[in-house]
Amino acid sequence: MPEFEALVEVQLRPGISDPQGATIERALPALGFSGVSEVRAGKAFRLKVAAADRVEAERVCSDLVGRLLANPVIEDASVSVVPAAPRVRG
Amino acid sequence: MAALVGVVVFPGTNCEHDVAEALERLGADAELVWHGSSDLSHLDAVVLPGGFAHGDYLRPGAIARFSPVMAAVRELAAAGAPVVGICNGFQVLTEAHLLPGALQKNKGLTFLCQMVEVEVASERSVLTAGLAPGRRLHVPINHFEGNYTAAPETLRALEAEGRVVLRYIGNPNGSAHDIAGVCNEEGNVVGLMPHPERASSDLLGSTDGLALLGAFLRSAGAWVSGGRGRSMLAR
Repeated sequence: MPEFEALVEVQLRPGISDPQGATIERALPALGFSGVSEVRAGKAFRLKVAAADRVEAERVCSDLVGRLLANPVIEDASVSVVPAAPRVRG
Repeated sequence: MAALVGVVVFPGTNCEHDVAEALERLGADAELVWHGSSDLSHLDAVVLPGGFAHGDYLRPGAIARFSPVMAAVRELAAAGAPVVGICNGFQVLTEAHLLPGALQKNKGLTFLCQMVEVEVASERSVLTAGLAPGRRLHVPINHFEGNYTAAPETLRALEAEGRVVLRYIGNPNGSAHDIAGVCNEEGNVVGLMPHPERASSDLLGSTDGLALLGAFLRSAGAWVSGGRGRSMLAR
């Protein structure tokens, strides 16, 4: 069965407090970054999925997002799926 | 006969002994229940205590939701048994969809460990049955993710149905509607961020938590004497 590499990104929904993002943003001026704002911290998950095709792989990832990886009350998620690079022999 | 209360222990739970001791102080029998257990049918009530179940990995409560014990908790809750989640236990109950909403990070962006004052907002729950609305209690909090949030229509329903159980006086964490605790539609599943077991002795600075745990045990007794069915919940 073909393998796919998936990237699932989970971010807090607008309006949900994000102490990590806020703390990072507060540290930026001290490092000389003056023009950077609206820092939001999130989570990224990289998965390998064996599935018949890309649509099926995306469906598996969306199901996983809905049941475990994100809490829809406070988080949004996006999924991107690409064919896995062929394994190198040796 | 003394109520037999299960106190669920996930890997990372750390308030189970405090809860058990407070319940026993009130005359109940407490049984620690490992999260791998899948049969709780011998119990009269269940407490999900505080801590960091499964290390709080992913989100507080997100992994605990899939522990085998949660299917049994769900079953007992559906039968009408009193179930209360304290702090991390509250987070587990929301992740398990036994209670609505979610606990997001505190508004002030800091971990909070302090005594707070809460007000009984509704006696329509197994934790507040018989406690006069408006009664104020001193109970400590100890959390980073305690800022209760829910969709506007969920908040409206909670208010309209008397399911906001406890409210903060002087909101410490940004919770919507000053919510410190909520219950399900039937009133038998309750979640709260304050720790009643840590307000169970003068040595701890308050005994107000005993009023909540006492109501919880009376509810367990009523459920058992009512034949362990849902009927006693019709209020």
